[in-house]
Amino acid sequence: MSERKVTIASRVGLHARPAGIFAEAVAELPIEVTIAMEDEPAEDAMDASSILSLMSLGAAHGDVVVLRAEGEGADEALDALVKILETDLDAE
Amino acid sequence: MGPRPRPEAALTRVVSSTIQQFTSQQFTSQQFTGQQFTELSSIAKNRGCSVPTVSEQTKSTEAQPAGNKHEPSSTRSYSGVGVTPGRIIGVIRQMPSPVSEPTPGEQLSGTTADDAIAALRTASKAVHAELKNRAEGAKGASKAVLEATALMAADPLLIKGGIKLINNAGLTPERAIWEAGASVAEMLHNLGGYMAERAADVLDVRARIVAELRGMPAPGIPLSDTPFILVGEDLAPADTATLDPSIVLALVTSSGGPQSHTAIIARALGLPAIVAAAGVETLADGTEIYVDGAAGTITLNPGATERAAAAAWTTTSAVLSVFDGNGRLKDGHLVPLLANVGGAKDAVKAAAANAQGVGLLRTEFCFLGRDTEPTIDEQVEAYRGVFDAFPGKKVVVRTLDAGADKPLPFLTDATEPNPALGVRGYRTDFTSPGVLERQLQAIALAAEGTEALVWVMAPMISTTDEAEHFAGLCAAAGLQIPGVMVEVPSAAIMSASILTHVEFVSLGTNDLTQYAMAADRQLGPLAALNTPWQPAVLQLIRLTAAGSEAEGHHKPVGVCGEAAADPALAVVLVGIGVTTLSMTARSLSAVAAVLASVTLAEAREIAALALTAPTATEAKERVRAALPILAELGL
Repeated sequence: MSERKVTIASRVGLHARPAGIFAEAVAELPIEVTIAMEDEPAEDAMDASSILSLMSLGAAHGDVVVLRAEGEGADEALDALVKILETDLDAE
Repeated sequence: MGPRPRPEAALTRVVSSTIQQFTSQQFTSQQFTGQQFTELSSIAKNRGCSVPTVSEQTKSTEAQPAGNKHEPSSTRSYSGVGVTPGRIIGVIRQMPSPVSEPTPGEQLSGTTADDAIAALRTASKAVHAELKNRAEGAKGASKAVLEATALMAADPLLIKGGIKLINNAGLTPERAIWEAGASVAEMLHNLGGYMAERAADVLDVRARIVAELRGMPAPGIPLSDTPFILVGEDLAPADTATLDPSIVLALVTSSGGPQSHTAIIARALGLPAIVAAAGVETLADGTEIYVDGAAGTITLNPGATERAAAAAWTTTSAVLSVFDGNGRLKDGHLVPLLANVGGAKDAVKAAAANAQGVGLLRTEFCFLGRDTEPTIDEQVEAYRGVFDAFPGKKVVVRTLDAGADKPLPFLTDATEPNPALGVRGYRTDFTSPGVLERQLQAIALAAEGTEALVWVMAPMISTTDEAEHFAGLCAAAGLQIPGVMVEVPSAAIMSASILTHVEFVSLGTNDLTQYAMAADRQLGPLAALNTPWQPAVLQLIRLTAAGSEAEGHHKPVGVCGEAAADPALAVVLVGIGVTTLSMTARSLSAVAAVLASVTLAEAREIAALALTAPTATEAKERVRAALPILAELGL
């Protein structure tokens, strides 16, 4: 199991457009990725390819989330996803 | 979760500011049939509006073969309530009927669960692809909404929920996705705020998937490359996102009222529109019709007369779409025309429409939807966006108007038995002192370094003491031009005394009407009472203007309620002695065109006709008769 902690950079939080961009990126990956708030147990983690799950997570600007994935290419995939969350997606 | 800005909320904001305009008008948003319909008709008659009926001519000609030469015209017509003026000819497209709910418990039969799941996945992918395709052709806020809904159509949370119900409960894919959508929507709804608003998007996506599964046309506005008149039962708020005003020429609905979503959308987009036109739902796609949005009439098989009227409207609307930025009467008497705005985006649009300033900046946009007071810095940034749009021009900032229909958790008490008569507007300073002072401080800071001429006014002032106290707070904050709103009849009566402490007054005619007539703005049955054409309301406006004259320093008396946006009332207001008018930017050109057709002496005569009328209906009839330009312009 690979794991990354990342701080949400988008000013609006992980909502709307930023959530859409992120969910699409996850959906394109061949592996399953979960997302949870930093202080939540791993078993409560949600499907990161679901925009509805991402929005209901309610991660605000500056919140720390944990991404988890397993299998081949998990580390590379998570590194790429971390970069997306570290960008202010709403500013583009 | 704290509150967050919503980048895709621009359209919602346009619509909600229009909703506010509508709530000030004469009807509520109920859809009406039967008895309610009759009531509406009498209200509409009272307002001098057209009344929804299928005309006698229609009934007689319908029974006869088309082209009967003894009939002067073989045209059929329908009528409804006109909500936005405009005369136009075009072919119609019917809005597909809403997707009906699949029967509860509907079980799979003659097909396996695996096939049902495959069908659901295929439908989900098709809806996803269609919405994504539409998003590519859309712009701005619509694009963001469509992109998000496209993702929802293929969302694992939603689809897996549906699959589970097919596998575990043996439901049909239609019923399964229906229930899965309902539970996701409920989850979002329970999260509140921003999430709750997304619940409607999930339900929209669910309906699209069900339509796809059934092989029915997708709900929503039909796709077309050629312009058409959209005909339907009523539009939903979500339809705004996909309504392209360059393709949709006009809106005609069989139900809905003057405050229905259709009417709100039409106003926001400036499209000619008729609501409550019973019978139009039977018209076939491709039928050519003539729509007169002012008269509320629809004519089939338009002839030479209708074509000439539509052509004339094209010319008129070109005139009516331009305001030269210099409001004046025929004799050159200046009447500055300003805009009501609810934030920086509105302000930029108003400046582009040549508004001569802002007569009402509603500051609630900074506060609504929040659990806590915004910081001074946040407020400064928000106000500055508006000030920057009007360098060298007046911007009148109304301090926070919370309470009644705009409750705020940190300021107002939701349990008041009578909120319209409760702690609202300026009165929140009695119970939560400090908020107003901090807001004034923020306004003063935002005004520094901009070239806008910043005036401030307090809403819901009732007494001279309150006006004096507010002026003191403004002076302490370094704000030079304090004023008050006249919405409470006591303030209208006491305006001379109030004006000894403040530099201007601005009439909020919506609330002034509600309080003068003791009629809740939101209540349909009281609609006929709630019009600024009521002579009693006009008399209160006259008293306010007379108070300014009596005070002796020619202090400005503005109107920033919806009355200012009605070209006929605008003439009356100027005749009464109102010095500036502030309105939604879209109304500037029509008001300017009508004002330019009268001299000050004529406006005074017209005002006298209204002031001496015994009833609101007669006041309006007299004024319209004296202003033939209204009919000429189709207003």
